[in-house]
Amino acid sequence: MASLVLAEHDNTSLKDATAKTVTAASQISAPVHMLVAGQNCDAVAQAAAKLAGVEKVLVADSAAYAHGLAEPLAALVLSVAANYGAILAPASTSGKNVLPRVAAKLDVPQISEILAVESPDTFRRPIYAGNAIATVKAEGFKKVVTVRTTAFKPAAATGNAQIEKISPAADSGVSTFVGEELTRSERPELTSAKIIISGGRGMQSGENFHMLDRIADKLRAAVGASRAAVDAGFVPNDYQVGQTGKVVAPELYIAVGISGAIQHLAGMKDSKIIVAINKDGEAPIFQVADYGLVADLFKAIPELEQELGKRGY
Amino acid sequence: MKALVPVKRVIDFNVKVRVKADRTGVDLANVKMSMNPFDEIAVEEAIRLKEKGKVTEIVAISIGPTQAQETIRTALAMGADRGILIKADGEVEPLAVAKLLKAVCEAEKPGLVIMGKQAIDDDSNQTGQMLAALLDWPQGTFASKVELDGGRVKVTREVDGGLQTVDLKLPAIVTTDLRLNEPRYASLPNIMKAKKKPIEEKTPADYGVDITPRLRVVQVNEPAKRQAGVKVQSVAELVDKLKETGVI
Repeated sequence: MASLVLAEHDNTSLKDATAKTVTAASQISAPVHMLVAGQNCDAVAQAAAKLAGVEKVLVADSAAYAHGLAEPLAALVLSVAANYGAILAPASTSGKNVLPRVAAKLDVPQISEILAVESPDTFRRPIYAGNAIATVKAEGFKKVVTVRTTAFKPAAATGNAQIEKISPAADSGVSTFVGEELTRSERPELTSAKIIISGGRGMQSGENFHMLDRIADKLRAAVGASRAAVDAGFVPNDYQVGQTGKVVAPELYIAVGISGAIQHLAGMKDSKIIVAINKDGEAPIFQVADYGLVADLFKAIPELEQELGKRGY
Repeated sequence: MKALVPVKRVIDFNVKVRVKADRTGVDLANVKMSMNPFDEIAVEEAIRLKEKGKVTEIVAISIGPTQAQETIRTALAMGADRGILIKADGEVEPLAVAKLLKAVCEAEKPGLVIMGKQAIDDDSNQTGQMLAALLDWPQGTFASKVELDGGRVKVTREVDGGLQTVDLKLPAIVTTDLRLNEPRYASLPNIMKAKKKPIEEKTPADYGVDITPRLRVVQVNEPAKRQAGVKVQSVAELVDKLKETGVI
């Protein structure tokens, strides 16, 4: 049976997370069909059709899907669910919002945030914020799966799938979109950034975080923080990387003035390369760092900015 | 209006979890247990809504072993009015929890269910959404702001890239994110008072729900250990190393 991937997009462009989810879907049950639900989202459907491994793109165009509300979207997925052996979405805030509704209506468990497909019915997923990895087997029922996209490579844009319009499903009308306030930052989001630079209590003030902003601008990185820095009021809560904040796995994570409490390590230790800059050479962060620099951050960070500048960043 | 607040007993977020030697799970013996931090935020929000006169009664409910009573007591000490404990040993999957909560909702008829967006043990992030689906109620997940007004609730949600606000018809499910509030500490007099608040004990069978897990945990492993890194002597050397790896 084919698998269905719920495309993540903003009605104009397809998010990279979708291409990675297609890779996971191909490993569970090929061919892959994609569901693009949105409003005036033709460009998204075109992009989806180009992904290798995608055989068909279903497009449901309706005002009801313009903002990704869970209630109408889940109803739409359910209207085509019978044709598929697996239904997947990226483990983003929208995938996490919609897919459990689908699973519950199908009376099947959801398998959240898979890191790997061991076999078509066996998956690896993190528990305890990645402090343990569970291998779970889902036998004898439809797989409803969200995918930690940092763990999969994107499908190449070499395909040429057919695009098929489908009718919108009935909407119960119990939820309405009021508005949104998207961070108009030039910087990437924490959860999808390739590079993250985070500050801890060692930053001493919110003002000092601007030093990290300048490095972030050079590296096109996102800026994060440890819980200690958030609790101290240096930066808002949405900066928080850690077990109770955001769990991230960028290519490069630079921890500045962060000691490395368990809480924080749980949220970032799956990063590919970790750099720690801390004046305390005994800080636990150095035990997980690929590159450690024992130095006063107030000297090292301006130096880093200069050094990057010298090399054309 | 009644608010129902499901609370889960989990390993305290400050404890370093250890995988059991036989790889069947993580070690829960002699480990400090606490209320799931996101659920604590849910309890706090329900109490604030009650203080504003929007909610009249708060029912805290937990599904778990006998000791989950302590988790309910914590909610009662914070300000919830009464508790329900559905006794269940071992793993109860989110779908089964949602089915039990659905049955409780049908009996209690709350106007609002407010709960953590996820539990920090299994990290599923499913139960609220599943409950909403089973009841055919709307959902406001990952809430950073909740405004109750008449028969509706406006929920500001933390989404990737910013905030989204939705307007939901009550009854509805709200799941909490970190920024919603800062939970209070229970005062000593309130802890004493909480001991007298009623906790009703139930079993899954009372609600006719089968809680047998559907997923089979094949094994639980430690994550791959990170290789010991190197110390660099200067910022220039650090940048050299990073350039070598190709990440910058």
